[in-house]
Amino acid sequence: MASNAAVPFWRAAGMTYISYSNICANLVRNCLKEPFKAEALNREKVHFSISKWAGGKPEKPILRSDTPGV
Amino acid sequence: MFRQTSRLLSRSIAAASSKSATTRAFSTELPSTVDSTFIESWKKVAPNIDPPQTPSSYMKPRPSIASSIPTKLTVNFVLPYTSELAGKEVDMVIIPATTGQMGVLPGHVPTIAELKPGMMSVHEGTDVKKYFVSSGFAFLHANSVADIIAVEAVPLENIDPSQVQKGLAEFTQKLASATTDLEKAEAQIGVEVHSAMNAALSG
Repeated sequence: MASNAAVPFWRAAGMTYISYSNICANLVRNCLKEPFKAEALNREKVHFSISKWAGGKPEKPILRSDTPGV
Repeated sequence: MFRQTSRLLSRSIAAASSKSATTRAFSTELPSTVDSTFIESWKKVAPNIDPPQTPSSYMKPRPSIASSIPTKLTVNFVLPYTSELAGKEVDMVIIPATTGQMGVLPGHVPTIAELKPGMMSVHEGTDVKKYFVSSGFAFLHANSVADIIAVEAVPLENIDPSQVQKGLAEFTQKLASATTDLEKAEAQIGVEVHSAMNAALSG
């Protein structure tokens, strides 16, 4: 079995398949015509808050959002 | 593996009768005396015994293979946010696999194909619907069902050619000026995706 089979260039550079796939999808979305482009970018907006836990309690959450002010 | 079985079956008995139990690996409480009548009759029968079967040889293949090749291919084309085609019966799809454009007809051999950025076309009679797929996978099953999954797929009409040209120029320039491996990889991805879009729009 070839465990040293030719790896794709992105994996050789340290990227995972999921990053590669998401980069490709973003590039395609950026090349869309107008109403479709706005819909696609709107669809892909994310909003989440992360908090690290220490000693059984959550610390101050970090908010990451594409819709500022929410 | 099972071709060797009859040789191994006879060999294990020969080894047992020539060495004592203490020199065999993995034998702890086995009796040290061997029954010679058993060994003789086993030696007679061993070369003629079929090797043992595995559970999978008793199972029917899933999904069940139709006795005759179906006339239509059933396509399920899904994206994360929508089911573009759900159980649609078509004549043929051409998918952009990493190994090249692959034509899928009913009765195609079961395959799992990784897709590269490229054009996918769905042929139904004289209608051809074309999509540009960013990347994904295609699972072709034995019962002529094709599951194609993509992260982003757009009909070709929705792509803006001027943006594609601009992106291609930008990434070609980035590729030339990239320093780290990661930058080079990202620029290369950009060049590949934009060239594929260009080719799809013009081809």
